Amino acid sequence: MSRPLLDARIVVDRGTFRLDVPLRVAPGEVVALLGPNGAGKTTALRALAGLHPLTAGHVTLDGTDLDRPAARAWVPTERRSIGVVFQDYLLFPHLSALDNVAFGPRRHGVDRRAARATARDWLDRVGLGGHAQRRPRQLSGGQAQRVALARALAVAPALLLLDEPLAALDARTRLDTRAELHRHLAAHAGAAVLVTHDPLDALALADRLVIVEGGQVVQEGDGPSVTARPRTDYVARLVGLNLYRGRADGHEVRVAPDLTLAVADRLQGEAFVAFRPASVALHPARPQGSPRNTWAGTVAGVQRHGDNVRVQLDGPIGVAADVTPAAAAQLRLIPGQRVWVALKATETHAYPATG
Amino acid sequence: MSRALDTVVPRRRGRVPAALLVPAALGLLFLVLPLAGLVLRAPWTTLPQRLTEPGALTALRLSVQTATLATVFCLVLGVPLAWLLARVEFPGRRLVRALVTVPLVLPPVVGGVALLLVFGRRGLLGGWLDATFGVTLPFTTAGVVLAESFVAMPFLVIAVEGALRAADHRYEEAAATLGAGRWTTFTHVTLPLVAPGLAAGAVLCWARALGEFGATITFAGNYPGRTQTMPLAVYLALETDLESAIVLSLVLLVVSVGILVALRDRWMTSG
Repeated sequence: MSRPLLDARIVVDRGTFRLDVPLRVAPGEVVALLGPNGAGKTTALRALAGLHPLTAGHVTLDGTDLDRPAARAWVPTERRSIGVVFQDYLLFPHLSALDNVAFGPRRHGVDRRAARATARDWLDRVGLGGHAQRRPRQLSGGQAQRVALARALAVAPALLLLDEPLAALDARTRLDTRAELHRHLAAHAGAAVLVTHDPLDALALADRLVIVEGGQVVQEGDGPSVTARPRTDYVARLVGLNLYRGRADGHEVRVAPDLTLAVADRLQGEAFVAFRPASVALHPARPQGSPRNTWAGTVAGVQRHGDNVRVQLDGPIGVAADVTPAAAAQLRLIPGQRVWVALKATETHAYPATG
Repeated sequence: MSRALDTVVPRRRGRVPAALLVPAALGLLFLVLPLAGLVLRAPWTTLPQRLTEPGALTALRLSVQTATLATVFCLVLGVPLAWLLARVEFPGRRLVRALVTVPLVLPPVVGGVALLLVFGRRGLLGGWLDATFGVTLPFTTAGVVLAESFVAMPFLVIAVEGALRAADHRYEEAAATLGAGRWTTFTHVTLPLVAPGLAAGAVLCWARALGEFGATITFAGNYPGRTQTMPLAVYLALETDLESAIVLSLVLLVVSVGILVALRDRWMTSG
């Protein structure tokens, strides 16, 4: 990675909760903080913006300490080179779209005419040149989101912060807006940090994902590596995989005291095993004579999942299996029903738990 | 909203119990009858002359002037006070809030006495003001403004503080992220956001100042042209010329109703 534009270690104590997230973002890079609600993502974003002071650690932007409690360094929000897109946009209701976007440049010492010209330019860039005089309440959700983006970018911030920028939009608008947001993020020369709980948004918009759970970074990497090799149940659920941790010895991983899975990869020591629910087959009786992992399980729940039926099974390991509705009917899958679970070694993906 | 509720009214429409209806009607009558009396007994034929009598006009002008000045005074000091109470955590904030509301419940005469003790010629500050600047407040028009402000300021502070609390303070955070300092944020974001509450508070404050009697007569006396406002003129006229008192009262009534009409969008829409 080239010299990071943003170099931060965000440590915030809130009662018994401790957030501790190291974060380095290169110029032009978009990093997504992805995690469940309550993971501390928004607090991290607020700390970067100076809306919440750090307990320890540091926020350094372009070589300048914005916040470093140990050195008593503190730059207030209004003097940081940042732009923030808030979850519900927070467009000033008493100002037109144009004046909302011109607000930042005006505060940065640009005279009214020039600020309005900049604002008009940005509204054109987000495709809202014709809506300059509209008040925020006269804008649709997607339009308001674009005005909020234009407002944040109009001050040419070194660091762009986006808090769930698409969460308030309906599904259809979300798709269009996501594509447009991607275009603007790609064009942004500074660093960008995006907070979201939606893996699709993160994968579509970010160059790198930082997964935060319970205030800690649990996994980090680009989209393909995170989706292929989840390291926590949360990430596995996000990308729709079954995930187990166990001890590997050659082509075998012991994932439960009484269950060892045969896997295609060869490795030693602590390991993860991941496989897709669609790779799991269910049988009324023990399948014979095939190189499969088999074990007995109990149906815990059944629900529709797309065109298929997702079956949650208890047993030595809890597992999700996707079967066709026809198969589900044939197996008479009801909670409490005992079935045999089969999984080909070639359908699994095993990788070291360390590093 | 109310229209949607109207469609389900038949369920609620039963006979109103007489035990509630009778006192309710009496209560309404009690509130409206005196006002009706004022209107009925008004000397309508001589009204134009009486209204244009120099005494009445002088009192009216003085009332409007002092109430307006008092409102400006309250805005200048009361809005920052409301901001402090709504936005800044400091020890004893609850106590300060309670103190601010004291003039609301204090008998205005007591307020007038208290003002005399502080700003009177031999008062805590009055003596110093007199000696240093040659400024005397009691029994002057400035004293009227002071007395009215003392009584009316809580109305403004409470209205504005409520509006500030109701306003989403994250707009102020958004302004900060765009480079606005606290003062710019206050003038460019906070004030416009609470403008309706501010206007309502100012109107209430003005109305209270206009009707002020007790503190004014105690602190500023009753000198025509200098400290005799409308309520004082009404009181004085009552002893000499009843019809005059009625006419002056009618003017104050019209002003009050006017204010209610002006504020109807804010406080009379819940029906």
